[in-house]
Amino acid sequence: MTMDADDESLLKDLLTGKHRALARTISKIENRSPGYRDLVSELYAHTGDADVIGITGSPGAGKSTLVDKLAETYRGRGETVGVIAIDPSSPFTGGAVLGDRIRMASTVGDMDVFVRSMSARGTLGGLSTATADAVKAMDAFGKDKIIIETVGAGQNEIDIVRTADTVAVLVPPGSGDDIQTLKAGILEIADVFVVNKADRDGADRTVQELREMVHLGEESGLGSGSGGHHSQEVIDAHDDWDGETDADEDEAEDWTPPIVETVATKGTGVETFIDELANHRAYLVDSGTRAEKVRQRYAEEIRTLLREDVHALLEDELDERGGIDDLADAVRRGETDPYSIANDVLAPVEACVENLETKPGEDGSGPE
Amino acid sequence: MSSEQEAESIRCLVAKVGLDGHDRGAHVVARAFRDAGFEVIYSGLHKSPEEIVQAAVQEDVDVLGISILSGAHDTLVPKIMDGLEEYGAKEDTLVLAGGVIPDEDREGLKEEGVAAIFGPGTSIEETIEFVRENAPQR
Repeated sequence: MTMDADDESLLKDLLTGKHRALARTISKIENRSPGYRDLVSELYAHTGDADVIGITGSPGAGKSTLVDKLAETYRGRGETVGVIAIDPSSPFTGGAVLGDRIRMASTVGDMDVFVRSMSARGTLGGLSTATADAVKAMDAFGKDKIIIETVGAGQNEIDIVRTADTVAVLVPPGSGDDIQTLKAGILEIADVFVVNKADRDGADRTVQELREMVHLGEESGLGSGSGGHHSQEVIDAHDDWDGETDADEDEAEDWTPPIVETVATKGTGVETFIDELANHRAYLVDSGTRAEKVRQRYAEEIRTLLREDVHALLEDELDERGGIDDLADAVRRGETDPYSIANDVLAPVEACVENLETKPGEDGSGPE
Repeated sequence: MSSEQEAESIRCLVAKVGLDGHDRGAHVVARAFRDAGFEVIYSGLHKSPEEIVQAAVQEDVDVLGISILSGAHDTLVPKIMDGLEEYGAKEDTLVLAGGVIPDEDREGLKEEGVAAIFGPGTSIEETIEFVRENAPQR
């Protein structure tokens, strides 16, 4: 890929550690400014050294405060830190108040903690692409640890924290009865559980519930990301199921998410939390899971990029047909239906693609 | 590339610098900017000029709005401007000041590089309009 002269010098400044260049690069990524893709594709060659940690959990769980203490501790160990703090934006105006920075009080004035706030800006898959690309920029800049902090309010967040090597889910004390821990979603993606505000009433019970959940996950072979799906038939056929599980090499290497108790405001438990993050990192490398994870992540990045491009193509197609509003109105008036419209819009695109595939064979000449 | 969507948003840092402990006005401005579709980062109270510069540079904001009620603007604002310059961010950041700033101090602040000063009684629409018209094109 080719970059213009401005982007060349931006890349050079970023690689030599100029903070302004990193900030500007992330803006280009967020704005999808012309040429940003070429810039990001150049970044890839300089990435791969940072540990990427995702932190999620319900609003008010204490994520920002914990991230602040994490950053402070890493800095105390001489490591540089990048933080990407994600906040929601208004679905009506696109505006946002990005407030996580306020709680990053321990590390202010220290430029080696680079905090960047991002908002959704409401595009399909856009936030996770932008976040992954911003991580690339920080990685290429030379950050040792990159922390992604999200609001933890929906499925969309799951895509974002999966950009990380290790995902920590914060569970505040008293966050619901035990059925909550059985529901699918955010708890399943945890590599480490953190019961923050562990000095509050109900913390012990929350730890106990998480422990039971983790234990259940282990027993059924459905622990985090193991992919060990067994039908009831198979389970019934094995009375000695535990032994069978141990004999299975993949299962033996499974990671069991530890549960850490912290009081972020006081810094209690932060060292233990950091140790568990390091343990998970070591597990990823030793078990070969890291390679697998990285491959999956790149696969997902390729898919997301393609989806965005195709999405844009289809938007153009919609515009040519008078825009989505007119089409929606036609459905409202009962003249057609969304399925027919989708077929109509996609038909020429499909025809075009098919044509491309068959053309060389049809007329005997090669592609131009 | 035709497929790239425009996703630009005006980014603002609303900053409280120094010792004054009143941020109701800053909250009102932050909220109004949000409703105008801007991305707003609020600094929190009692920040030093270095902290404000750090946030403005890292967040790559288009607009820095400094709210000061304490009367220390003549000391604090130049420090912020120098910090921005150090990181090469002074040229293309629109710096606004708000709060209690006497008329006789305004000329000095403008010489420092403050683009506009919004005193008590300024309508919020006026401020938003100013930002829309003057936010740097990058």
